[in-house]
Amino acid sequence: MLLIHCPYCEETLPELEFAYAGEAHIARPADPSALSDEEWRDFLFIRTNARGPHFERWRHIHGCAQFFNAVRDTVSDRFLMTYKAGAPRPDLSPKEDAE
Amino acid sequence: MTHFSAMSLLKNALTGHKGWREQWPDSQPKQEYDVVIVGAGGHGLGAAYYLAKEHGITNVAVIDKGWLGGGNTGRNTTIIRSNYLYDESARLFDHALDLWDNLSQELNYNVMYSKRGVMMLAHNVPDVQSFQRHIHANRLNGVDNRWLSKEEAKAFCPPLNISPDARYPVMGAALQMRAGTARHDAVAWGYARAAAARGVDIIQNCPVTAIRRGPDGAVIGVDTAKGFIRAKKVAVSAAGHTSVVMDSAGVRMPLESYPLQALVSEPVKPIFPCVVMSNTVHAYISQSDKGELVIGSGTDQYTSYSQRGGLPLIEHTVAAICEVFPIFTRMRMLRKWGGIVDVTPDRSAILGKTPVKGLYVNCGWGTGGFKATPGAAHTLAWTVAKDEPHPINAPFTLERFTTGRLIDEAAAAAVAH
Repeated sequence: MLLIHCPYCEETLPELEFAYAGEAHIARPADPSALSDEEWRDFLFIRTNARGPHFERWRHIHGCAQFFNAVRDTVSDRFLMTYKAGAPRPDLSPKEDAE
Repeated sequence: MTHFSAMSLLKNALTGHKGWREQWPDSQPKQEYDVVIVGAGGHGLGAAYYLAKEHGITNVAVIDKGWLGGGNTGRNTTIIRSNYLYDESARLFDHALDLWDNLSQELNYNVMYSKRGVMMLAHNVPDVQSFQRHIHANRLNGVDNRWLSKEEAKAFCPPLNISPDARYPVMGAALQMRAGTARHDAVAWGYARAAAARGVDIIQNCPVTAIRRGPDGAVIGVDTAKGFIRAKKVAVSAAGHTSVVMDSAGVRMPLESYPLQALVSEPVKPIFPCVVMSNTVHAYISQSDKGELVIGSGTDQYTSYSQRGGLPLIEHTVAAICEVFPIFTRMRMLRKWGGIVDVTPDRSAILGKTPVKGLYVNCGWGTGGFKATPGAAHTLAWTVAKDEPHPINAPFTLERFTTGRLIDEAAAAAVAH
């Protein structure tokens, strides 16, 4: 069973309390009527389906009921981090060594 | 290729079964092929077989990152049926059923297709209305499907609990008598053997790392763990990993990959005569010829490539089975596994051409690809050979997600199917 950290409750709880809510950071178009069919397809249907770190939304449906974001490795199912909705997409590129 | 017959069996029995040869060679890649198929499951091997048999294209390689039939072909619950609501789906799955009918004879390999009937339980009034609608739509399409009262359902499948105080009362069922099961490994092996006999190379344990395109954008071959292989045409039939492979050709797919789990019990004497599915409590069950109860349900809720899935789903599935079939409450489960299924937004497959010249795709079968194996393979081979859609796979284009002409089986089944 997945253990998921809710960034609002600050608790790590079993998967059963949460509902998966699809890929994160997909913004609704600002001017929908200006979109072409191809842009609508990309917005509605095309997904990253990443093999590796995946940015996704979860909802703590049997807890605080808040939506939040997570980064999970889809090969190992291990969560790398969770963060509040509205926070910017974290940079996962390896950090430069300080020394 | 040794022809299997009663005579060959007798001859080998008399000589201590020492005369059997390997059924297909362990091929190494050549430098160039007319067609490369990525993924040696039932769909990919079948497409190679039909390319060779019906279109005379034998310079074909089927390449797999693991062993053949080791992905979803060997991980499904072997259910075959064609009682889909929409005309497009009914035609495609019934085409597959027509091919299943004669597949063992065609391949000279026993795929153990057993028409034991698939019964879908209705537990409430909306179920009854939905199934009646399915039955009428199926009949108009010439697809076998009929309604059973709950007493008839019990007579057809005696372990079923139809008592009125059951937690999930049974109000009736839809029965497709032509539906049933087949031995999934034998489907991959049979197609592999028949394709290899016609000159197809089956290259195992050789991951395809990228699809390579030329300066004009057309496909020129694939990069693999065993080097670059030149190909005039490439067909991707890689199930849960299709979007990863297609990304390398610059084609983004409307797919998400989910774990789909199944489990089997310890083997017991014949007790369960058919396949029973319940969409409402979401579980399905049949008994294999070895005697194991084969049980499955829907996908896990999150995308993953782990081929595992979580235990909460298994618990939910087994709980549902025990409510509907109290006879199985003390049955011990032997093992469980997961496969990675590629799911489209409308829960219908994508089968045909892509925006890239020379690149074809067969994917998006979600949780129900096994039953389609011969039909998908047969029409994919047509499309690859002629570079045009087969009348049956023509609606299952990638473009439908741009034009909006979806085949919305997701709404029709209300669950993954």
